[in-house]
Order: sequence, then structure tokens, then C-alpha cells
Amino acid sequence: MSEFLRAYLTVAVFAGAAGLLVALMLGAGWLIRPSRPTAQKSIAYESGVDPVGPGFGQSQVRYYIFALLFVLFDVEAVFIFPWALRLESYGLFGLVEMGIFIVILALGLVYAWRKGVLRWV
Amino acid sequence: MILAVELAYWQLLLIKVLAVMVIVPTATAVIVQTFLFKMMAHMQSRLGPMEAGPHGALQLLADGGKFLQKELLAPDRADRRVFFLAPAVVLLSTFLLFVVIPAGPNVVAEDLDIGIFFALAVSSISVLGILMAGWASANKYALMGGLRAAGQLIAYELPLVLAVVGVVIQAGELSLQGIVRAQAEGAIFGVGLIGQPFIFTQFIGFALFLVATQAELTQPPFDMPIAESELVAGYQVEYSGLQFLFFYLGEFGAAFAFSALAATMFLGGWYVPGLDVDGGLISNLVGPAVLFVKTMLVAFLIFWIRFTYPRLREDQLQTFAWKFLIPLALVNILATGVFKVVF
Repeated sequence: MSEFLRAYLTVAVFAGAAGLLVALMLGAGWLIRPSRPTAQKSIAYESGVDPVGPGFGQSQVRYYIFALLFVLFDVEAVFIFPWALRLESYGLFGLVEMGIFIVILALGLVYAWRKGVLRWV
Repeated sequence: MILAVELAYWQLLLIKVLAVMVIVPTATAVIVQTFLFKMMAHMQSRLGPMEAGPHGALQLLADGGKFLQKELLAPDRADRRVFFLAPAVVLLSTFLLFVVIPAGPNVVAEDLDIGIFFALAVSSISVLGILMAGWASANKYALMGGLRAAGQLIAYELPLVLAVVGVVIQAGELSLQGIVRAQAEGAIFGVGLIGQPFIFTQFIGFALFLVATQAELTQPPFDMPIAESELVAGYQVEYSGLQFLFFYLGEFGAAFAFSALAATMFLGGWYVPGLDVDGGLISNLVGPAVLFVKTMLVAFLIFWIRFTYPRLREDQLQTFAWKFLIPLALVNILATGVFKVVF
């Protein structure tokens, strides 16, 4: 197995270990914790008042425009990282190129700002 | 290798896994005990329980024991499978953060080539766990808290990622070990006495990283998702016992991990002048202690802000990220690029 794949095998093993840690702690707790469910205990907590309506209520997702912008900027970040890594060898060409890229992106942010979508609605 | 004995891959892996499984709860305990219990107590003049051990030092053990004994409950309408999985997802995210943090030339679980990128990627898995918890609880407070958390975490993900780009430009490396080496071998105006910790050139990046970390950890002044006076703890409201503890392990374990990342990227990591960057027993033994001290320094800053400022409003939070932090981060990237190429 190559060094590269082995490094990620280690990561996978660690992910498994995280699961194991959770299981170990839950297992240790299971030995000593009580289990006496009652109807009262399983009512959803709404500050002590009986809950109104079904639990899965509808709620306005207020930030979906932010979420859209986030996708754009996150993809941009994926582009910036390889550039940042190799900037030394790109030299001035790479710098100007990325300058143009970032300015265009910033224009997009300014446009969104002027349109008033960067506001909590 | 540190030792003269040559170990097989799986033996080494077993040692590393066991070490990290001990380190994650211990690091969390250290953070909670030092800052949350004692520093906050003295800063805000409310001492809390002082009976267990000298100066109340053993209170945490008592609390752990208490959590272990609590009954696990789920609301009757909850989506039980997702409900019980959510805290594990948050803990997984924190656990994987510890994989790439180097504490010495050989003391690292796995020095991935894309170390810092990997750390940023796994740190955002916790959003998923929080959304799962918020939705599966079938509770209005939990749902609102979960949605607020998602909005906040994606807004502050960007300054966090963009703040790191400056460091990557300077180091020309994504691997955390490489970033430490770049700082150790650098020089300030030709004087290589203390290397070149990136905080001197990336102070804007450091500030951005700290603020974004604060928000990613949903700590005050950015604690709207778990605002106890509005949402009675948001997405955590229906959790009890160990499940509740897992969220806390995830949060304060991540506080430690992010502090260690900041210390590694901006303060020189495990390196201090006099240590050998390339290996050696001394570096491997002293390195972890150095990193720990630096980590606690950064954590002190983070928790100092936590205990000092009042909570922001939700719209102020978004405005601050989008209209101030992100433009500032973009300017910082361009400025760093200009300095790198021109000088």
C-alpha cells in the first residue's frame, strides 16, 4: 500500500476509534444508569408548558441567501488553496491573475450588499 | 523513530489511537477545569462548588460520575436513530481534528500532506451533528437553535478558511509539520534568532482566526444557537446524561484543538529556539510541553473574550461576518500575496 493511501487508512482507523470511544462510554454508563421511562419524562420540553402541535414545526429558514453565497465563496476557497501553495513559482503572473479573480468575487459580494440581501430578513 | 525499536505499522497505529483516545477527554477536562470552572469563577466573582478537593479541583470528576449515572431520555416524537447519532457525529468531528496536530518532530498521529485543509474540513462535520440534533429532537427550541447554529457556522467558516490562506502563502505548505518547519527556519529581517512565528506578519489572520473560532465553537459573544435565556440551550435541550456530555466533549475538545491549531500556525507550534526541527529525542519530549503552553495561551485569549462580552444579536452576527470579516480576509490574502511575490 502506498504511503498516501496508508495515511488515509490511519484517518479511517481514527474515525473508527471515535465511534469506539462513544461506545465505550455509553457501555460503561449502561452498567450503572437506571432506565425507568415514564410518559411524563418523554414529553418535549417547552419551558414546562404542555407542548403545542407536533414537534416538527415549520420554521422560516432566514439565511438561505447566505447559504447560497457561502457555496460560492467556499468553492472560491478551494481554488485559492492550490494557488496559495504554489505562489512562489507562479510569481507576478499568478499574483495578478488571483488579484483579478478576487476582485471579481468581491464585486459579487458588493452587488449582493447593494441589493440588500446581506440583511437578516 | 523516537525509540531505537522498530515498530510495525499496526503496532504504532494502536499506540497512537490509544494516546488520542486518552488525550481528547483529558484535553477537554483541562480546558473545562482551568478556564470554565476556575478562570470564569474568579473573573466573575462567583466561586461555585469549592468542597471537592483543594480549591474545588476534583469537581470535574464528580460531574463526570454524575453524567455517567443519568438516564438517557428521548422525547416520544423524536427521530430516535438520528437523535442518538447526533452527539457521536459532533464528537467524531472533534476527534479527527486531533489526528493532524503535531506536538514534536515525530509526535503526530498522521502528518497528512493537506494537514490544515483536512483540519478545516473535519471541523465543519460538527455542523451536521448539530443540525441532526436540532431536527431530530422534535422540539421548537431545538429546531430554532439548530438552524441558528447552521447559519452561524457556515457564515464563520469562510473567515476561518480565508484566514488560513495567508499562512499557507507564507509557508508554501499545507502540512502542519511543514508550517512549523517554515516558521522555525524563517527569519525576521534577516535575523533568525527566534525563527519567524507567523503572528508577526499574519496578525490580521490571527485575529480573524480567533474571532471565527469563537463563533465556530458557539461561545459567547456568539452563543445564539444555545442561548439559555432565549432558547433554553437550543439543540441541546432534549439531551440528558452521556449524550449531553458528548456535546460538551465535542465543544471543549474542539476549543483545545482550535487553540492548538492557532498555536501551530501563528505561534510556531511545538518549536522553540534551541530545539532540533528535524527530530531527536529532546525535541520529541520537550515539543509537547511547548505546544501545550502555547495552546493554553491561545485558549486563554479565547475564553477571556468569552467571559467578557455580552451576546450579539443574530443579524449583527451575520453582518459582522459578511460585511467586515470576509472582505478583511480577502484584503489580507492579497496583501500577503503581494509581499510574498515582491519581497
